Amino acid sequence: MVQMSRRDFVKITGTGLALATLPGFIRSGFAGVGAGDNPYSFYFQRFGIDKDMIRKVMAEALHYGGDYCDLFFQNELSNSIRLQDNIVNSASTNITLGVGIRVLNGNQTGYSFTEDISLASMKAAARTAAGIASGSAKAAPQTFNATKLMNYYETKTSYEDVGVKDKVDMLQAINDDVFKQDPRVVKASVSFSDSENYILVVNSEGGLASDYQPMLRISVGCTAEEDGKRENNYFDFSVRDDISFLTPERLKRLPREAVARTVKLFEAQSPPAGEMPVVLAAGSSGILLHEAIGHGMEADFNRQGISVFSDMINKKVAEDFVTIVDNGTNPHIRGSINVDDEGHPSTETLLVEDGVLRSYIHDRISAKHYGVDPTGSGRRESFKHYPMPRMRNTYMKNGPHTFEEIIANVKYGIVAEQFTNGQVNIGPGDFTFYVKAGSLIENGKITGLIKDVNIIGNGPEVLSRVTMVANDMEMAEGGWTCGKNGQSVPVSMGLPSVLVSSITVGGRG
Amino acid sequence: MEKNVYLDLGYWVQKKARQLGASQSALSLNHSRSVSVDYRDGKVETLKESTQQSLWIELFAGGRYSNHSTNDLRKESLEKFLTNAMDLTGYLTKDEYRRLADPALYEGQPKVDLDLNDSSHADITAEERQDRAKALGAYLEGQDERIISVASGFYDSHSESHQLASNGFEGQKETTSFTHGVSVSLQGAGDKKPEGWRYYRARHLNDLVGAEQTAKEALARTQDRVGAEKIASETMPLLLENSNASGLFWRLMGPLSAASIQQKNSFLADRKGEKVGSNLLTITDEPAIVRGLGSRYYDGDGLAAKTMPIFTNGVLNNYYTDVYYGNKLGWTPNAGGSSNLIVKPGMRSGAEIEASLDRAILVTNWLGGNANGTTGDFSLGVAGWLIENGKRVKSITEMNVSGNYNDLLMNLIEVGNDPWIHSSFRTPTMVFDKVSFSGT
Repeated sequence: MVQMSRRDFVKITGTGLALATLPGFIRSGFAGVGAGDNPYSFYFQRFGIDKDMIRKVMAEALHYGGDYCDLFFQNELSNSIRLQDNIVNSASTNITLGVGIRVLNGNQTGYSFTEDISLASMKAAARTAAGIASGSAKAAPQTFNATKLMNYYETKTSYEDVGVKDKVDMLQAINDDVFKQDPRVVKASVSFSDSENYILVVNSEGGLASDYQPMLRISVGCTAEEDGKRENNYFDFSVRDDISFLTPERLKRLPREAVARTVKLFEAQSPPAGEMPVVLAAGSSGILLHEAIGHGMEADFNRQGISVFSDMINKKVAEDFVTIVDNGTNPHIRGSINVDDEGHPSTETLLVEDGVLRSYIHDRISAKHYGVDPTGSGRRESFKHYPMPRMRNTYMKNGPHTFEEIIANVKYGIVAEQFTNGQVNIGPGDFTFYVKAGSLIENGKITGLIKDVNIIGNGPEVLSRVTMVANDMEMAEGGWTCGKNGQSVPVSMGLPSVLVSSITVGGRG
Repeated sequence: MEKNVYLDLGYWVQKKARQLGASQSALSLNHSRSVSVDYRDGKVETLKESTQQSLWIELFAGGRYSNHSTNDLRKESLEKFLTNAMDLTGYLTKDEYRRLADPALYEGQPKVDLDLNDSSHADITAEERQDRAKALGAYLEGQDERIISVASGFYDSHSESHQLASNGFEGQKETTSFTHGVSVSLQGAGDKKPEGWRYYRARHLNDLVGAEQTAKEALARTQDRVGAEKIASETMPLLLENSNASGLFWRLMGPLSAASIQQKNSFLADRKGEKVGSNLLTITDEPAIVRGLGSRYYDGDGLAAKTMPIFTNGVLNNYYTDVYYGNKLGWTPNAGGSSNLIVKPGMRSGAEIEASLDRAILVTNWLGGNANGTTGDFSLGVAGWLIENGKRVKSITEMNVSGNYNDLLMNLIEVGNDPWIHSSFRTPTMVFDKVSFSGT
């Protein structure tokens, strides 16, 4: 459903796809690769295109006088391999290849794509996208200049060079470890997914940028039984990195955490219902920011005047010690990008500085609308989709308190530790996130465990109720995927331990 | 590509897979064209046209299994793709349960013409699409001075699929889908900008609910949200709007699947034949509804689609059993997932039921939340109305509803006679007693 529901969400990614057959791997990351006359020859060769073809397609796209056009070429190779019932018995691969053509006419977008990267097919798609405008033809640029980019996810090896047998052995060893952790474990599943995404963006202003975007996700799930009761939980890592990320320590941690997170649910209860203080533990609790403020700061909603934050720039929204950023430049983090899907270099965007709302998250259309520089946040799910302002890694910076001080300050409340998903209504600002596991606090001490509870609040209200922020910021480790208007993109999030003085907890007590 | 070209390509892929060493294979070739037109405040916001194709193939070789997809259907690319896919498969562990369906299960498809393809689709012009999208929004001009923005859209698609399995299954389907909808933002109190929407989907263009009705419902649903607040936590009946009931029921599909049962992740495991809900809980999976949004002749495994009771008077009758997990559990496969869900209707309309309730919460919107399929626990964000003495007395939001499906299904105390036919989950108004709502 396009644009109908603005209930944007984030969730932990399901078992993904991902092993491949790369014709030619580029060893170092390379947003601006190599030297020579055409630093993009690798990409031009990969897609079977040249500058003359691009010019011809652009001439077609601007046939009716659009203000701007861009071509987004993509080739993604994904592989996954999966263990269930003690054997590595399933594998999947996926290949995606195509080009998306976008024409802008003011704030209006014409979009089409083709999976056939021939001149004839591209021209036909371009003519379709061109229909958003209705003026006289404009000329395509004569020259293209490569955008200078940093590399935030340098890798040494391709997943092509990781043998399937090595993966099979890895999954088998993890499975054995899961069962060694605890006799209550009755089922385990392990999945390993990798993908390598090659993109090239060229626009009618002569801009040209490319990126190699690797992604790894490894996930371990298990079910345990105790006294006729069953519980299920999981632990996962997801990063833009190569196989060297999976050190022996991390491979040991996966089964250990998955089992620990599962068996502790036997002791957990549904918490009481109603408003109470909630402590967000450091790490994936950054889901609070993603929902409470992140989506509402995406500039498309503000340009349209429909976000709860539409009139709040430069207004005080939180305590002085609250600083929140959306950053695409964190090394190897899942939501990082060297370049956005419109060709703008990735940046760190300051959403809230010392409690004051500062900047929206922009794509090309909104940056132009507001007369500001793009923030490198124009992202899309694939060549089949047009870009929109999207988050990358959203987190709060460290504050003046400690976790112990925060807990000691709570008479009765909960600590939220593990999450599965969240959602927001942009206009009123109401948002939720689901706490898979956490703890109960009574009289300043942790006294028990809680599980399976939804938390619901209002973005601006909750920001104003962040009364303590600790100095222990951590990024989420798992594979978060954000959905908006039917498009999914990988993101991450982070938070130091934070106290929200009051929010509604959906318990049953 | 023409239809027979896809079929020919399917045969070619099947043959190639066999030559490369696959003892069995199953594949589908899909082709679709879709157009979307979005308007905002009287102006085109986006126009998008897409034509796409893909191959999905499952390979069975020497007891090993893998599946693969690609959108690059050039034969030279496919040859390399299949070669790599077979190489990969060779590294996996043998799994005796991986095999194609028993061909006997391919027999007995619905005989009726399901009429899932609207042949007039090809005649819709670009201008008509734009006119339709624009008209939806235009109905709301001047209707409420608090309107900040109105977005409206018209979306249509035409899809074709050919499905082949090497032990004799051949299926072909052609479907169309039309959707239109409106979303509205209003200026509420302070910085709040309540939003609401309504959209309708149908297989045939002429079956779409009228544009004016759609737009006016969207506005009314947004106006309902102005001034919404949470109220104190309380346990009371939950009145579930018919258009919104699937939000509670789709979460049962996971626990009802053979995969969840076999993996010990379902609170409904080992309970077939047991009473798990009240006498009013009668739900049937019905694949053969003419023009139904979930209708089908066969599923992804090629299994012939058949009417299947899921719950009868509260008793759990069947799990959704695909071929692989059916093999693992020793059960006969029936269907890999739901088609259309039909709930046995009651006597009264939603309005009559609402008017009869002394105190309840009417749920009109869900916001996030989740369920634990292993235990049945759930906790979901809701918005709607507080009902007192049969009247909507206060718009509520920012509340949670929490409980366990075992209790919830037992506490189903009334079912309406108003199934929502604009979804594959044709749920009527429902009332559940003793539900825990949390607010202030």
